[in-house]
Amino acid sequence: MFFCEHMGCVVSVFVFLSVSVLLAVLPLAEVNAQTSSEPGTPGQERSEPEASDVRLGYIRAYAPQLALSVLDVPPRDEGVAGANVAISDNNTTGRFLGQKFSLDVVEVKPDSDVLSVFDAMAGRGISTILADLSAGQLLTLADAAQAKGIIVFNVGATDDRLREEDCRANVFHTAPTRSMLADGLAQYLIWKQWRRWALIYGSHERDRLFADALRRAAERFGGEIVAEKEFADTGTARRTDSGVVQIQRQMPVFTQGLAEHDVLLVADESEVFGTYVPFRTWQPRPVAGTAGLMPSAWHPASEQWGGTQIQNRFLKATGRRMLSKDMAAWTAARIIGEAATRTRSADPKEIAGFIRSEDFSIAAFKGQKLTFRQWNWQLRQPVFIGDGRSVVSTSPQEGFLHQFSELDTLGIDRPETKCVLK
Amino acid sequence: MQKRPTSVAIMLATVFCGGLLGTRPAEAFMAYVSNEKDNTVTVVDTASGTVVKTLPVGQRPRGITISHDGKFIYLCASDDDTIEVIDTETLQIVDTLPSGPDPELFVLSPDGKTLYVANEDDNLVTVIDIESRDVLAEIPVGVEPEGMGISPDGKTMVNTSETTNMAHFIDTDSHEITHNVLVDSRPRFAEFKPDGSEVWVSAEIGGTVSVIDNASREVKHKITFEIAGLRSEAIQPVGVRITADGKKAYVALGPANRVAVVDTATYKVEKYVLVGQRVWQLAFTPDQKTIISTNGVSNDITFIDVASDEPVQSVTVGAMPWGVVVSPK
Repeated sequence: MFFCEHMGCVVSVFVFLSVSVLLAVLPLAEVNAQTSSEPGTPGQERSEPEASDVRLGYIRAYAPQLALSVLDVPPRDEGVAGANVAISDNNTTGRFLGQKFSLDVVEVKPDSDVLSVFDAMAGRGISTILADLSAGQLLTLADAAQAKGIIVFNVGATDDRLREEDCRANVFHTAPTRSMLADGLAQYLIWKQWRRWALIYGSHERDRLFADALRRAAERFGGEIVAEKEFADTGTARRTDSGVVQIQRQMPVFTQGLAEHDVLLVADESEVFGTYVPFRTWQPRPVAGTAGLMPSAWHPASEQWGGTQIQNRFLKATGRRMLSKDMAAWTAARIIGEAATRTRSADPKEIAGFIRSEDFSIAAFKGQKLTFRQWNWQLRQPVFIGDGRSVVSTSPQEGFLHQFSELDTLGIDRPETKCVLK
Repeated sequence: MQKRPTSVAIMLATVFCGGLLGTRPAEAFMAYVSNEKDNTVTVVDTASGTVVKTLPVGQRPRGITISHDGKFIYLCASDDDTIEVIDTETLQIVDTLPSGPDPELFVLSPDGKTLYVANEDDNLVTVIDIESRDVLAEIPVGVEPEGMGISPDGKTMVNTSETTNMAHFIDTDSHEITHNVLVDSRPRFAEFKPDGSEVWVSAEIGGTVSVIDNASREVKHKITFEIAGLRSEAIQPVGVRITADGKKAYVALGPANRVAVVDTATYKVEKYVLVGQRVWQLAFTPDQKTIISTNGVSNDITFIDVASDEPVQSVTVGAMPWGVVVSPK
């Protein structure tokens, strides 16, 4: 959205896409499904499963975006592609249970009205919505959905406030928060004993929010922010023919005079300067944050924990590598699939009830089961720490302990939460 | 080499395991370990606990098994999309079998004629006739097929799918799925009891082993694991092996670095044997006196004495050992 302010970009007119994945119903074998909470009773009724539809909606705020590096321009189907792969996975499983899953994708302009789109979706009988929207749009959607008993999965917004003061009882978050990402990065830097950080941050709201998350992480894990500096966005074009000549001279000067530090942290979600920091600093120092070493919910090069399999599947389906938002959307759609399988039901109430239960968990190629924080419906998850090429580490780091789950060392924990679910 | 040490020697060897190479309390068998990371198979003499040879093989070797006469090793070279056949006399790769894409694990039929292969990337189980090298069938299963077990009578094959979370029971005559049994997250391995009465399915992320009754095809019991000082997330069951007499089961617990010993009558965990890091697969020696674990992160294998359930010796192999099989000879 910030790109549009400067670039005068053309916002696509309301696009309406309807993607539904249909699979031929194969001959159904007998299925003996049991959840862990239900001990098997021999001779229990074995009715033939009836074909039932689970229809998911996907509402996405989209406008073409620019980036400092053309390599970082988001793919056209970012997020949606992950949901589509999960729908296909769900349908492979659904074949055995007579369940069919479909995805109904609608795009809106950033910060435009979402209510009319929501009403149309609800009218089509959609009971679960995946949302890749701004915080404001998401809250509008959530409140309208609440009135109709529809649950929402936030797959895009990293704003902590959506899990804190603005949390909602019908919104599940598969995207991590800024504080989870910042904590994951901070733990790694502390593990490396690189404790003195200089912080440069952008002048837009989301840059400031990520800078706040980094400051909080420093305090939490024993890092020290020895210097701070704002990089004001003066509305320059992101790419010009000879821009690189100037940048090579400007960035050293901008970073000159920062107090002695081990790592230079960058908070530039708006893509105004961050990519230009590594290798151009006054002092030879590693760069981390939104440039250099970056925390993320997924890494396109992760092959650990069976990751190769989802990466291959995603590549085959889309022709590109899987990104964090794709993984957040895949996980959300898989959570619905898992709940439908375990409850053997397409009933939204049963599905939502199962997801809310204490022992719900999902496997998502991150080395351990992922569960929801019951107090704000944020999905606990490890955070990848990587550069543009490879995974460097995964947080939580060894030694960061927690009385309940080590994953709760990432982000705002239960005793600190401002969330009151309603 | 066929040594039969006295019982005193057995005790000594157990006590001084590391220092008494060559007097290990077992007949000499050859263990073959697939090393996923460095594309090799390590051949280990189980009597002396020494590495005899390291063979270069195809890319990303994982599942490994051996013909019933001990003449040929079958090896899933996952990233080469093939199954390699290794002559155990010459230790040369003598043939390849058409496996379908990304073969990970497989199981050999009791008559030794048919190989059932899990193709992770294509949601298929491929059935291969070893003699003719024909693909007899491709059976669509759930997402990310992995574990493969076969009943002692060869009539039923069980495949587990890691994202679908089911054990698929397949009739080996019709090549059709007859039952789908829902188990916990990321089922990795299926092992029939020697009497064919039960199938044990491990769930890596779920942290459990489901015991499925082979008559009703329903989960009759779920085994859970608890280790003091370890979080439940670190307990990730993978490989399962049951003794020939059907009395004890061994379950490899991944990053918990332990192998659980389970009483198959009570389903109680009797012991946790500390082995190496990230233990995944297991194999008995043919005399059933020793069970060997592959410890991926510590690049070694551990010999566990089946009588005492004590770890006896660890042997360094290649990088990231994945699977292991022991020659019947």
